[in-house]
Amino acid sequence: MSLWKIAWRSIRQRGLASALTAVSMGLGVALVVAVLVVYAVVDQSFRRGGEGYDLIVGAKGGQLQLVLNTVYYLSQPIENIPYEYYQEFTTGRFALDVEAAVPVCMGHHYRDYRVVGTTPAMFEKLTYRDNRPYRFAQGENFKADAPFEAVIGATVAREAGMAPGSTFQAIHGVPEQGGKAHKQDFTVVGVLEPTGTPNDRAMFVNMEGFYQIHAKEHAAANAHHDKQGGEEEHHEGHEEHQGHDHAEHECEHGPGCQHHHHGKEITAILVCADLSKPGITEVLARQINKDTVAQAVVPVEVIAGLFEGIVGNVRLILLLLAVLVVVVAGLGILVSIYNSMSERRHEIAVMRALGASRLTVMLVILLEAILLSLAGGAIGVLLGHGLIGVLSPVIADQTGVMVSPMEFQALELLLIPGLVALASVVGYLPAMAAYRTDVAKSLTANP
Amino acid sequence: MLHLKGIQKSFHQPDGTRLPVLDIPAFDVDAGEQMVLVGQSGCGKTTLLHIIAGISRPDAGLVRIDDWEITLFSEAESDRFRAERIGYVFQTFNLLPGFSALENVLLAMRFAGRRPDKARAKQLLGRVGLDHRMTHRPTMLSVGEQQRVAVARALANRPKILLADEPTANVDSGHQQQVLDLVRATCAEENVALILVTHSPEVAEQFDRVDHLEQLNTVAVSR
Repeated sequence: MSLWKIAWRSIRQRGLASALTAVSMGLGVALVVAVLVVYAVVDQSFRRGGEGYDLIVGAKGGQLQLVLNTVYYLSQPIENIPYEYYQEFTTGRFALDVEAAVPVCMGHHYRDYRVVGTTPAMFEKLTYRDNRPYRFAQGENFKADAPFEAVIGATVAREAGMAPGSTFQAIHGVPEQGGKAHKQDFTVVGVLEPTGTPNDRAMFVNMEGFYQIHAKEHAAANAHHDKQGGEEEHHEGHEEHQGHDHAEHECEHGPGCQHHHHGKEITAILVCADLSKPGITEVLARQINKDTVAQAVVPVEVIAGLFEGIVGNVRLILLLLAVLVVVVAGLGILVSIYNSMSERRHEIAVMRALGASRLTVMLVILLEAILLSLAGGAIGVLLGHGLIGVLSPVIADQTGVMVSPMEFQALELLLIPGLVALASVVGYLPAMAAYRTDVAKSLTANP
Repeated sequence: MLHLKGIQKSFHQPDGTRLPVLDIPAFDVDAGEQMVLVGQSGCGKTTLLHIIAGISRPDAGLVRIDDWEITLFSEAESDRFRAERIGYVFQTFNLLPGFSALENVLLAMRFAGRRPDKARAKQLLGRVGLDHRMTHRPTMLSVGEQQRVAVARALANRPKILLADEPTANVDSGHQQQVLDLVRATCAEENVALILVTHSPEVAEQFDRVDHLEQLNTVAVSR
């Protein structure tokens, strides 16, 4: 009969107290598991956005703003870059070093969703999350020669009740600041399968459609100006776009706009470098950054920096709190075993009288503490993952990240040695009490 | 086989003085011998058994069992020696409550550092008439049955000497003789020396050798 079995029998002997102690430990461990998994969910949903391409090329300015705007559809675009610069990646000096370059034009909305102007290559040449190709849950990709076709993300389709055949009008600018809807309808031709990326909450239209709309609106405005004459006409024409000063106008209207004095512009280019050439991403980024036109950022690096800087600290605090709960639960084990020592002193004395050494009875008590904490750990892991199983539909709904209750984090493996170490520490005091038991005195005392 | 010489033992008093309990110039028991130790309550019978078993250390004197002078042993050696060569039957049985009858016997083997011999444990329990109660926990056994398990457990490691501290005191009168016969018969079968402490004249009169601790113990005489 092993010492483990002896310890286990002793735990069973005090069933209710042991179970309550293990459950309190389990609650602490469940909290640790929940923090780890929630962090992983946030981490994935953060990082996944930047996967699928190697570089983002956009106007000079803040790297973070470029990434937030292009990857997460947050904040506002920095500025625009000329369409001709995009052509450097398709037919110009960078063409040989890239596998794909996809232009994106920001600055439009429909309800709360970003409307992104792009080309069909967005879903043909780019991938997401571990190189998965984009798939359509309904319909198909928009066509290059159909300027008013659109593809929408899974969340948009679900929340807005849209499907292939639905139409919408993109609002130019920020809706809260009184953006103006273009009169031209876009028709949804495809709904993406859920990707767990910000693309689920975006709408993608043929960039050509934007150019045509803006060309038409500028032509109409110019005709109006021509009728009235004068230098002021140009600006008045722009005032159709209500709620923006001129600076904003260039910024927010620029993407997708075909300004007669600037030519075609885009907000950013998503670049897949030719990875068969070692170090090509860095070379490309260096070359682009030397230009005065644009900057290139590696989205994964910027996201990692942002994530570690903000979310990493939050995780640390949550983890510390959770560990504190586990430690308190560990103290519960100490109290539980230590309180039982007075009634068990006689039992320990009997073991000693039968020949068990001091070390043996000490080990039995330590093993009890370890078994209790491991049982608590098992309860906690089951509880934590069970909770995740229950919450996974909500998490998927809110973040697009599918979390399986069977998805274990590597850090959870640290729980086992961690709990054993904790149990050894908290079990030491009662174990020493067992070690010091006065056999003769305890045997003669009433059991 | 068992030889005690010049054993002295005293205990601390709350007032800081020491209370002498034992002062035994000599005490011997032969191999396989069965004897009874009688004496008044508090005269040191249990203390003497503890000293023989190595549970307590005397203030002075030596205890030799066969060729081993156990008073020179370290505590760990003493524990091991007790597990291997000394059987102990307590007045209150002292079975471990979380374990079955069979497991209580196997535990004694485990603490002796031996591979638990299930066949021997079953044979011993069979010999004390408990072959149908082996998997029962102590709380599911009658008082008489518990004491029989305690006897089987004490003999598990084929000891040289069995110390029985009033083994029939808590057993009802109907079963007292049964337990006594069992202890004596199994000791005889295994050639184990038996030192049995009792208050009962009925028990004592069945033994050829009856020692009165008051006569062995000079402290008792002076008190």
